[in-house]
Amino acid sequence: MTRTLLRRTALAASMVLAVALTGCSTATTTSGGSAGGTGGAQPPKVAELKKLGAGEGALNIIAWAGYAEDGSNDKTVDWVHPFEQQTGCHVNVKIGNTSDEMVQLMRTGQYDGVSASGDATLRLIYAGDVAPVNTSLVPNYASISSFLKNKAWNSVKGTMYGIPHGWGANVLLYNPKVVTPKPDSWSVVFDKAGPYKGKVTAYDSPIYIADAALYLMRTNPSLGIKDPYSLTEKQLDAAVTLLKQQNANVGEYWADYTKAVQAFESGSTEVGTTWQVIANLIASDKKVPVATVLPKEGATGWSDTWMVSSKAKHPNCMYRWMNWITSPKVNAQVAEWFGEAPAQTKACTETSDKSFCATYHATDAAYASRIHYWTTPQKQCVDGSGNGCTDYSEWVTKWQQIKG
Amino acid sequence: MAWLVIAYLGSMAVLLLSAFWSTNTFTGAVVPVYTSGNLLEVVGSGLYWQVTLRTVLVALGVTLIDAVVAVPMALFMAKVARPAARLALVVAVTTPLWASYLVKAYAWRVLLSPSGPLSFVLGGATPGYGITATVLTLAYLWLPYMVIPVFAGFDRVSDSLFEASADLGASGFTTLRRVVLPLVFPAVAAGSIFTFSLSLGDYIAVTIVGGKTQMLGNIIYGELVTANDQPLAAALSLIPLVAIVLYLVAMRRTGALENV
Repeated sequence: MTRTLLRRTALAASMVLAVALTGCSTATTTSGGSAGGTGGAQPPKVAELKKLGAGEGALNIIAWAGYAEDGSNDKTVDWVHPFEQQTGCHVNVKIGNTSDEMVQLMRTGQYDGVSASGDATLRLIYAGDVAPVNTSLVPNYASISSFLKNKAWNSVKGTMYGIPHGWGANVLLYNPKVVTPKPDSWSVVFDKAGPYKGKVTAYDSPIYIADAALYLMRTNPSLGIKDPYSLTEKQLDAAVTLLKQQNANVGEYWADYTKAVQAFESGSTEVGTTWQVIANLIASDKKVPVATVLPKEGATGWSDTWMVSSKAKHPNCMYRWMNWITSPKVNAQVAEWFGEAPAQTKACTETSDKSFCATYHATDAAYASRIHYWTTPQKQCVDGSGNGCTDYSEWVTKWQQIKG
Repeated sequence: MAWLVIAYLGSMAVLLLSAFWSTNTFTGAVVPVYTSGNLLEVVGSGLYWQVTLRTVLVALGVTLIDAVVAVPMALFMAKVARPAARLALVVAVTTPLWASYLVKAYAWRVLLSPSGPLSFVLGGATPGYGITATVLTLAYLWLPYMVIPVFAGFDRVSDSLFEASADLGASGFTTLRRVVLPLVFPAVAAGSIFTFSLSLGDYIAVTIVGGKTQMLGNIIYGELVTANDQPLAAALSLIPLVAIVLYLVAMRRTGALENV
């Protein structure tokens, strides 16, 4: 390449850029209205399965870590192989680390289904990525806890878009040898995290902002936060300030659960938010002592739903999987392994620990209502308090600023 | 040739084009409506400048470390070692390329951990996870890409030049400084293009050993996967593209690319 050619190319490129920059400048995003938001919008029409046919011999699913165990983590924990033997559907599991990743993966159309949390479900429904579920083809649906059916995060106007799987809270994990006295508040990861500088961890997703908002909701009532997913500009800024202070004490953020396990076992992390399944994995490795607590401020949590892709290549296998995973025995196994309340009411008689359902308040609708389930923040406040809330894309930008 | 243009430049063009599209705020789906907002956001945000600066400094640091390590190593391999030893050394340098990137990065994670071997040897004085760890790991990962071209560069310098220089009374060090280094500089420059561009685009090693450090790749990945904002991610990916073009131009200025 000669120098003049190079120069000419550079000139042409800069002209294109200049034209692009000065040209008509609309907003970055198409605003609310009928295209965005749920206000009055209808999800695209997608047909549901009418009749259950023969299995297709294969099934590709996206799942949270611990939801589709095939015995490779723990020999006694295996409900994938029995399913394969019974239905002939060979299962390929792709672990999703965050809800955002799951949405992105589902959008590729290469998967038959997903175990979606409340901050992914509506995005999937309104983008037409998932199909309504014909619940009459899933016999185990009948005995699922009634307080999980037809909820804002898994249905639209009485049409179910999935089968509820289980729910639980994000708990505080700590090393009892290092973190003393026994913590009972999220303050050990926020304003009282000083003694554990560099050893604090947090979940690496914008949805973690809600954890800070929940803490402020209890400790700083003057901000007037009613719901950690419906934050005004001012409330969001307060949460972001808190998280920026926390950043100074954070050693690492985690999204990959194996990394979270390793960080705890090597001692690079001593305290932080976690899923019960991570605590269980660390406990079963027996390298370091760990304990979990549900802090007094309450917690954010999840309520997961198995959904069928609108482009599923193996819908019959997916329906069989949804029925399998919510069958009393399997749902009990998953719930005990993952550390969450099973959606299936009959699972409570199948757990190996008979007090399990009581511990996790599985059938206690009042308790379930106290957990703040992951929801996608929108301009139209998700708690119905009006139109002045911050949306998820704003949370994403703030999250990047927090990490700096 | 046509195939290359379609497959490579074509996909690149689609990427750049999508930087001017909009997204649906709620579902994150790409809407082909023209906007310059993405580019303006990239240029106008302090965060992106800060991360860009950090990333470029990391890439330069990695390149510097690799050059400092690779030059004496390659000199020894090309001019000092005997043929059998030379072969063994070349094999030793290239063997790590057969191991998975992730395995090597996780090995460094274990090495640098608070209770790891490095802390044991140094009595607890490890850099820990962070920017230093990232630079070290990347320098290790990309070292072969620097050693091999520099080795080839030294190999091409004729032995008779060393002798002629010695005959004219130059010391070994002067020969190295005045005769050999100018001749191998293009090779170092070629190697530095590898180490610089590879470090600039890396986002995996930094998530493994970088603690809470963010590099450009993480931001782009975050916009694409977490925020589902493909247009903004595309706009952001212009930054490393520009950086690498500037680096190539700078290298060209030095005349290093004339005879490679």
